[in-house]
Amino acid sequence: MLQSKSFVKKTKQGRLVKVVREHYLRDDIYCGALSCTSCDTSAARLSPPDSASIIIVDTNVVLNQIDLLENPGIDNVVVLFVVLEEVKNKNLAVYNRLKSLCSNSARKFFVFSNEHHRDTYVKEMVGESPNDRNDRAIRVAARWYQSHLGGQANVLLITNDKENRRKAVEEGLSAETVESYVRSLGRPDLLDLVALPNSQDLNMADVEDLRPSKRKLVYIEHKPISEITTGLVRGIFHQGKLRVNRYNPFEAYVGSESIGDEIVIYGRSNMNRAFDGDTVAVELLSQEQWQEAKSSIVADDDEDEEEDVHLVPNSADDAPRNSDPAQIASGALNPVSSRPSGRVVGIIKRNWHSYCGSLEPMPMPAGNGGIAHALFVSKDRRIPKIRIQTRQLGNLLDKRIIVAVDSWDCLSRYPSGHYVRTIGEIGDRDTESEVVLIENDINSRPFSAQVLACLPPLPWTFSPEDLANPNRQDLRHVRVFSVDPPGCKDIDDALHCTPLPNGNFEVGVHIADVTNFVHPGTSLDEEAAQRGTSVYLVEKRIDMLPKPLTEDICSLRSDVERLAFSVLWEMTPSADIISTRYTKSVIKSCAALSYVEAQARMDDSRLMDSLTTDLRNLNSLAKIMRQRRLERGALTLASAEVKFQIDTETHDPLDIGMYQIREANQMIEEFMLAANVSVAEKILSHFPLCSLLRRHPSPTKEMLEPLLRTAAAVGLDLDVSSSKALANSLDHAVGDDPYFNKLIRILATRCMTQAVYFCSGDLSRSEFYHYGLATPLYTHFTSPIRRYADVIVHRLLAAALGISTLPPVFQDGPQLTSIADNLNYRHRNAQMASRASVELHTLIYFRKRPTDTEARIVKIRANGFIVFVPKFGIEGPVYLMRRGEKNGEWMVDEVHQKVTKPGTNITYAVLQTVKIHMEVVEPQPNRPKLELTLL
Amino acid sequence: MEFVNPLTGFRLDGRRPNEMRHIRGEIGVVANADGSAMFEMGNTKVIAAVYGPREVQNKSQQLSNQALVQCEYSMANFSTGDRMRRPKGDRRSTEISLVIRQSLEASVLTHLMPRSQIDIFVQVLQADGGTRSACINAATMALADAGIPMCDLVTSCSAGYLCTTPLLDLNYVEDSAGGPDVTVGLLAKMDKVTLLQMDAKLPMDIFENVMQLAIEGCKAVAQYIHEVLLENTKQLESRRGK
Ligand SMILES: [Zn+2]
Repeated sequence: MLQSKSFVKKTKQGRLVKVVREHYLRDDIYCGALSCTSCDTSAARLSPPDSASIIIVDTNVVLNQIDLLENPGIDNVVVLFVVLEEVKNKNLAVYNRLKSLCSNSARKFFVFSNEHHRDTYVKEMVGESPNDRNDRAIRVAARWYQSHLGGQANVLLITNDKENRRKAVEEGLSAETVESYVRSLGRPDLLDLVALPNSQDLNMADVEDLRPSKRKLVYIEHKPISEITTGLVRGIFHQGKLRVNRYNPFEAYVGSESIGDEIVIYGRSNMNRAFDGDTVAVELLSQEQWQEAKSSIVADDDEDEEEDVHLVPNSADDAPRNSDPAQIASGALNPVSSRPSGRVVGIIKRNWHSYCGSLEPMPMPAGNGGIAHALFVSKDRRIPKIRIQTRQLGNLLDKRIIVAVDSWDCLSRYPSGHYVRTIGEIGDRDTESEVVLIENDINSRPFSAQVLACLPPLPWTFSPEDLANPNRQDLRHVRVFSVDPPGCKDIDDALHCTPLPNGNFEVGVHIADVTNFVHPGTSLDEEAAQRGTSVYLVEKRIDMLPKPLTEDICSLRSDVERLAFSVLWEMTPSADIISTRYTKSVIKSCAALSYVEAQARMDDSRLMDSLTTDLRNLNSLAKIMRQRRLERGALTLASAEVKFQIDTETHDPLDIGMYQIREANQMIEEFMLAANVSVAEKILSHFPLCSLLRRHPSPTKEMLEPLLRTAAAVGLDLDVSSSKALANSLDHAVGDDPYFNKLIRILATRCMTQAVYFCSGDLSRSEFYHYGLATPLYTHFTSPIRRYADVIVHRLLAAALGISTLPPVFQDGPQLTSIADNLNYRHRNAQMASRASVELHTLIYFRKRPTDTEARIVKIRANGFIVFVPKFGIEGPVYLMRRGEKNGEWMVDEVHQKVTKPGTNITYAVLQTVKIHMEVVEPQPNRPKLELTLL
Repeated sequence: MEFVNPLTGFRLDGRRPNEMRHIRGEIGVVANADGSAMFEMGNTKVIAAVYGPREVQNKSQQLSNQALVQCEYSMANFSTGDRMRRPKGDRRSTEISLVIRQSLEASVLTHLMPRSQIDIFVQVLQADGGTRSACINAATMALADAGIPMCDLVTSCSAGYLCTTPLLDLNYVEDSAGGPDVTVGLLAKMDKVTLLQMDAKLPMDIFENVMQLAIEGCKAVAQYIHEVLLENTKQLESRRGK
């Protein structure tokens, strides 16, 4: 029991009370140099080679140059505790990166607790600002290192703070800027990683160099923080998070609590250098300015590239908002938008991170090897182009790279940033797949040793002890089977259907008992909670849980005993539920069928075996349940999901086609829905405040507008007052051609919002409604192997049944809310990644296969129209005239949604069938894109 | 919040998880008491005064076979930052009085002093976490100072569990984190627990570790008090020798 040798008491001044805290100073803190003779070197990390130095970094270096520090080229770094604390207070994201650097045993980063060391603790002097005190503490620590290590190693202080550097040199320390230090390493590739100094940090001489008089202001200057704070208090400014429209980077929204509505920001100049995700202060524009702001986008978009061919949207969140430039230019619609419009006056908190993309093609600058200024274009269209400096332009032009943003002053049209790393060649499938993962913030790293340590010993087998548990029922004698897509290895669910003597059926849905293996608070659980969901790309799957669990221990494979969580109903032949029971169980599936196999069995009238009979019974029950659901107003929305056939060797797509939905799919879906609803009711009745549920908000009038407009153009009247009314009118929407109804449903799908997870304590009961399924309560219970929400619901259900206690996290409302938010974020990203992966493979597929096909017009544009290609599930623009030509020859009729060539009878109207040619072209080197042209 | 820095392993005030704050004890601080002591654990400062054994004031409480031990705990108005006026005899003080009395009674050889009364007064002068433990330690020293026969010294120390680490002797900041806090009173030489308090839930295996840490703390306190008392006796001896 060590006690510190001496201590001083540090006093912090609070609001009213004087708080006295002890602060122990010690003499058992070591320097961390392996060569040190006076210290305990058991935890030492630093071992600079002869010529190199031990470097001590200033806070500003960590905050601005974390990309550089993360490069293995920089090592033997001392991170002072005072720096660690300052970074933590200023930027949590950087702090976390620094933390993982310091705990990475492969790197030589050492944390020195200077604040607790007897010789390096610095007391604040009278009149000294905390900043100056911390700078002094850094210098004192640097001096201690210098004298402590004597001649054994050089100690170098790295700081970009001029004043600190000057004082350090005065005090006899060696101090350098980041730039000069990196230059001295003789590694030009590292120089690209150095963040450019913020223009505010430049001294007067540098600014004069830029001749500000010659440069004009591109953006209005941000208001100082003090003015923003008072403005917010007085209600002149409104604070909120800026969200840029994914499909129109010139339009952004700020959800403001103070006016309870979204403020729309039109155009880059009104966004005033704010990035997506930044917390900003917004000033409202007057009503007259709204329209002006809106039309300014058109003038602003000269840099905008043409729209790409993309997958058919599955919901409103995937689809462009209804304000494409064509409509705005025509100005006929929405003469005055109902939503307030505003302008960003200041940025309260930046959300800058690194972005994936490529450099804009440019000629090599004269004098090769010199510094080139290049423009980086992010794959994420919401991010503006970023100016970077590079010494390896020739290397980077055909690569996907990652770039981080450093600064954006009001004199520059684009922000400045620096190169971080190269992913690979543009167009290469592996590179592009990695880009998809990075862009969607998907963790595809292998599971860590700690996570794998939480797995049960392998190979796992069912043991009789599992049966000794009184809460676990032995259902091995029951004829259970599973139906999944072909080749499915992670089987979450299985079913059974046993006729009862009274003529009813016992129907069971058995779900993999994942929570029997994933315990709350373990690394395994934390990792799964972070990942949130498995991600399905065309050529691979990124698992939420390690493979032994997903493909073996939890997977309800046939002919092996598996643990399950079961929902058991007694149902009448007319599918009325008489009773519901929930239990943990042991099952032994007798068959793992594919949808095709199940369907074939049901259709083959010669087969009369018991398994087939079970299938047929289930199917007839499912049909009744489905019919009932539709009568309640559940929507049958059509999706245009495509399926690739992938070459097992090259992983290139061989064939592409629509995903066929069979009766067997619908049958399984119906029972999963029923199980989810039953579980939702059960957990909510036990835990009204902390249940995790899933809701689907009704679409707003505004969101349905594109559908109504299209329907009106073809003379169809849709009733959208409720989901039931909409379902009815969709049923009656039959045209001359058989595909018409499906097309309308596809168009309706994209108007819906996505369903979201939420914590039942956060909303009122009426908001729990699931619009698409027309059910008052819904949750996810049936896929715990690949969705974390289901894991949470399993724990809730187990607690509701008294099988286990509720983990403490469920008592923490805000924590639950943030878990639900993370699940929504991960879920959304997983979907985006899947879509991007399909788009990528579509491009690869058509690269060698120019194709002629039929397409349907879904939207009229000023210079052409958007077509939907049913066979491949994609949509994209077809241009009637080249870019730049303003709508000269063609007349656009917005009301009837058609374009006509004056003087002829050539007309294209919405929903019309056209023949198109699809081909991959490369308008710029290394930038392949799929082009649709009219035949 | 990071109560234990994951990189340096230090707590907010610079201690390691298994380190106690500075402790300091002094006896004979109240001249007119039969025995008295002042005890500090970091910024927590407590004074204790013992009167007795003396005649029982309220005859109805008198016990024929043993001494009556009474304890009164209070907190000075200036002991915390807010300098709030606090009522006497509130629930918390009553509870702590009881806790102190019960854990000390285990060491006092009450059967040697039938029909007498021992009064223990403890007051918190400065509160910075661990007041309960400091009170018991101060009272033990005061009892020893008063020459009350005891079988062993009862000492006390607390331990908590924050950031998945057992922490010895929580200060106010750590205490207010709301994590589990185990206070142990121990007859150090006899290795007998006289007090064990915890208001939170902890898995059994973790609880045992935390409790063991608190016991180690008690032993260290006992060791220190022993030294103080010994030093005092030596001084008395040398003074008498003169
Ligand atoms: Zn050393």
